[in-house]
Amino acid sequence: MPMREPKVTVKIPRPLYERIQQVIEDSGFSSPTDFIVFVLRDLVGDAALQKTDPAQDVSHSFTNEEIADIRRKLQNLGYL
Amino acid sequence: MIPAHGGRLINRIASGNQRDTLLAIAEKAPRLKLNARELSDLEMIGTGAMSPLEGFMGSVDLSSVTTSSRLANGVVWPMPVTLSNKGLDVAEGTDVALEDEAGNLIGLLHLRETYSFDKDVEAQGCLGTTDEAHPGVQYLKSIGDQYLAGPVWVLNMPKYDFANDHRLTPRETRVLFKAKGWKTTVAFQTRNPIHRAHEYLTKCALEIVDGLLVHPLVGETKSDDTPAKVRMDCYTTLLSKYYPSDRVALAVYPQAMRYAGPREALFHALIRKNYGCTHFIVGRDHAGVGSYYGTYDAQEFVNSFPAHEIGIKPLMFEHSFWDKVAGAMASNKTAAATSPEDKVFLSGTKVREMLSNGVRPPIEFTRPEVADILIDSMAKKATV
Repeated sequence: MPMREPKVTVKIPRPLYERIQQVIEDSGFSSPTDFIVFVLRDLVGDAALQKTDPAQDVSHSFTNEEIADIRRKLQNLGYL
Repeated sequence: MIPAHGGRLINRIASGNQRDTLLAIAEKAPRLKLNARELSDLEMIGTGAMSPLEGFMGSVDLSSVTTSSRLANGVVWPMPVTLSNKGLDVAEGTDVALEDEAGNLIGLLHLRETYSFDKDVEAQGCLGTTDEAHPGVQYLKSIGDQYLAGPVWVLNMPKYDFANDHRLTPRETRVLFKAKGWKTTVAFQTRNPIHRAHEYLTKCALEIVDGLLVHPLVGETKSDDTPAKVRMDCYTTLLSKYYPSDRVALAVYPQAMRYAGPREALFHALIRKNYGCTHFIVGRDHAGVGSYYGTYDAQEFVNSFPAHEIGIKPLMFEHSFWDKVAGAMASNKTAAATSPEDKVFLSGTKVREMLSNGVRPPIEFTRPEVADILIDSMAKKATV
């Protein structure tokens, strides 16, 4: 059996919670918690991406050398 | 730049020492031949085009995709990406060498699951039909009753005899867009030559974004679709003469057509997000075949998912044509013409008939340079 992820409780203002309830109606999210987790993962993921990526807006796994290689290929093919 | 689907651009192309190690494993591993669809899927998993997939789907993901257009982890994913067994009888945990139809080693699968599947359930769920006249159903009927699942590595990229100057991976298109300074890029998916109607909508899209990626599908298609090699001639000719060269890029899209209409439209969109595109054109009867799907079913299906879950912005277009009254391309949203005779549109059957007789369709329907390439290709085919 896979282990369930441990969870913690985070408090948010009730009006915001209620607003999220309205926003997710018919959206495919089963609960405000699902929505909040999705949004936070997205934000945290983006932040991590910008922190680790030297080119920031290309990809977190690109090195400068890799980008230089790709640029060379693109130039050889006439794209640049 | 737009994040890959699922948040991370996958890279399953082995390199350096890791590739050497995997090659040694592959040399002693049982071998499995891939069909054309599986080969292009393997390539696309490897390059990250199918992010977040890292391998061929297992039964839990397949079931989830079939019933809800989502992977088991909840990420939107509308199409199965599966590997059919072809008589291999090995234990789970075995590494399997994957080869193309000519026997060239392409990749390695770490087998996690061998499972049976219900073809009718998959066909009905993903294609919306079990009719054997549907090419996607025909494909399912042509393969075995078991799928093999597990993560893969690409050890050697597949070799092609055409468009080798236009094969870019998602990493490469992302660097290209960055180098060009395109903050927004619209992708145009096509499996046909580009006639005036599609030229019009790509240019409408280009009015609101920085760059256009013409991204024709060149994987396996129906035998009566225009061959990819011929289409590439059409695209390069058209783009060089009628588009702004600094705002358009042409690269091929290796996927094999599923003809799954609405689901495949979303599939095409998500994959173009992985290539770094921010916008995607969803045309009328996108990825359709015959009369299995309604004209705007694909657009409605894509719109039925929350925008933040899809990430890439779909641009929906209506049927377009030459408007004789206005003397311009238009759609029903913009046309001055109201009567059918003032709208120049030809059926695919009529166009094929004209081309095969060596007759150029009207200039309002297709550019003469494109017509000439198609006439020439049909003449050559007729003499074979």
